[in-house]
Amino acid sequence: MSEGTLYDKVWDRHKVTELPNGQDQLFIGLHLVHEVTSPQAFGMLRERELDVAYPDRTFATTDHIAPTEADKRERPLADDQAEEMLSALERNVSDSGITFFGFESGKQGITHVVAPELGLSQPGMTVACGDSHTATHGAFGSIGVGIGTSQIRDVLATGCIAADKQKVRRVNVEGELGEGVYAKDVILKVIQDLGVDGGVGHVYEYGGPAIEALDMEGRLAVCNMSIEGGARAGYINPDETTYEYLKGREYVPEGEAFEERKAYWESISSDDDAEYDDVVTVDADGLDPLVTWGINPGQVIEISEPVPHPDDFEARTDREAAEQALDHMEIEAGQSMLGYDVDVAFLGTCTNGRLSDFEEAAKILEGNTVDEDVRALAVPGSETVRQQCEERGIDQTFIEAGFQWRRAGCSMCLAMNDDALEGDEVCASSSNRNFIGRQGSKDGRTVLMSPAMVAAAAVEGEVADAREYLDDGPTGGAGGVEEVAD
Amino acid sequence: MSANDADDQHITEVSGTGVPIPGDDVDTDQILPAKFMKEVTFDNMADYLFYDARRDDDGEFNDHPLNRFEGASIAVVNSNFGCGSSREHAPQAMMRWGIDGVVGESYAEIFRDNCKSLGIPAVTTDHETVVELQEWIEANPDGDIDVDVENETVTYGDTVIDVDVDDAMREALVEGIWDTTALMYSNRSKVDETVADLPYVEGDD
Repeated sequence: MSEGTLYDKVWDRHKVTELPNGQDQLFIGLHLVHEVTSPQAFGMLRERELDVAYPDRTFATTDHIAPTEADKRERPLADDQAEEMLSALERNVSDSGITFFGFESGKQGITHVVAPELGLSQPGMTVACGDSHTATHGAFGSIGVGIGTSQIRDVLATGCIAADKQKVRRVNVEGELGEGVYAKDVILKVIQDLGVDGGVGHVYEYGGPAIEALDMEGRLAVCNMSIEGGARAGYINPDETTYEYLKGREYVPEGEAFEERKAYWESISSDDDAEYDDVVTVDADGLDPLVTWGINPGQVIEISEPVPHPDDFEARTDREAAEQALDHMEIEAGQSMLGYDVDVAFLGTCTNGRLSDFEEAAKILEGNTVDEDVRALAVPGSETVRQQCEERGIDQTFIEAGFQWRRAGCSMCLAMNDDALEGDEVCASSSNRNFIGRQGSKDGRTVLMSPAMVAAAAVEGEVADAREYLDDGPTGGAGGVEEVAD
Repeated sequence: MSANDADDQHITEVSGTGVPIPGDDVDTDQILPAKFMKEVTFDNMADYLFYDARRDDDGEFNDHPLNRFEGASIAVVNSNFGCGSSREHAPQAMMRWGIDGVVGESYAEIFRDNCKSLGIPAVTTDHETVVELQEWIEANPDGDIDVDVENETVTYGDTVIDVDVDDAMREALVEGIWDTTALMYSNRSKVDETVADLPYVEGDD
């Protein structure tokens, strides 16, 4: 059993009591709500004639079904079902006194982008949302858990969830990241090493030099994909990087109150002599950018490596998954992913829809043009991110290169709005899942990668090494399209 | 108030014919594709269960097990079933299609929690045993499978196998206390005590 970890401390502070079924009743300090998984929960609440217990600890926005084209945001929405979902959310939050960041607020966006940038997510909290990527908020040193709709009902009615305490695995990521290698590559490497179900029964505490060196946006990307590794949550102990990020944000106290709050944040960090159920090391030193070649996020290779052969895998399940992946992706073992034709480039999502993601991608796009056969979408994770990009002129870099510059939402990550793959299109995607059918077409193919790699793929019309476009890339020199060989 | 709707919800065993749903890492996007989540109730979810996998290119039902084993109550699955998205729509769709219990090698955490919330026992056993049961269903489509939650066994034909049921799930289902809203609602004063001790809530205005 773990002892003295942040997870233990936060759990103990939030544990209300042990329930007769053996689970712990855990208070949820921040409940994030969106339109897709909540209406049924509000319905159940009404059936039982219960009120929302902690409306002040609950915040809502609209993301999954949000149209990302400006003219499609006029109400009522053209899509009747989307309009019904959004209207239901508006009614529910209004009836309950929950703060809502709608289209008109200027703060609308993906829950996991909005809450951090407003300073709602803070160290030492428990965070829940009806979305598996709630793990994102662990970047601050909180426990973020994705929940189902019945559990949303629980949180609305009682402020709590019934939960089983998990084991804590410390994941030490060693080494230093080179130019053009990002947090996204780190988490893909972690999932490759530990497996898509490696984290079942655990939460991951990420640490080590490669993690500590990341800025907050990078840490959010790492924790975001904990769920792709099967972990119920992932977190990073708060440090000066965390405190500096939080200072001055809308929901963070100021002055003396900030210092008081910070004392709590510091107190919940894992002790130096904390005990873990498990400690593993992942080597990220000299890592090349990673891309997926298959149909789950663990089927990933460094861009310099060939697509593996099913026989390369020891476990029967991995061999079968590899065969299915090669078949779906229409690739051969031994082939390089470099040069794999791309039809769509998608930049955004709760993994990689933040300011730094667009800044890094813009470095690649500057002076280059999206391949004429590629449909390229840039979808900021929040309206705040969109404004930040526009203030810096980054939107113009995208537009001049040939990207469509959109409004905030989940968009093509799971294709619940108009943005979807068609037929067997291949999408170079900054999102988090390459499952069959994930992006709206059962024959569609998704290649996960960092935002910079998405930009490079957009320009070349095929999977490419983004470092070729950076000053300090492996071949040196800022390559134009013509000079880049694969 | 009427938070306590949990009377008489003891689930000690579930039974019926089986349906094998083979494959590891079957994610919730496959079980219930996102495009069908655009409804504000779960009422129609059964129609969308494994929607893409169950249809050919012309939209006709193919030979997917759910098409061949209609009327089944026990799904038999492999490892890491229900991974990916937290959507309760997935187990809701299974339940509304007719699934009362799941036997599998392992489950993603959120999926298992969702099953518990819905009173669907999700029990585990090893790979070989699951495969044998899946093959038995193929050979005995009308054969009954009995999942005994209390005693942690599954019986089919003349075979009785031991299975594992997560402690909290067994306790919740057998004692009829899987409706956690009712359970937790009764602890309101304790919640207030916990909250009073949290610096970040106290400091909120």
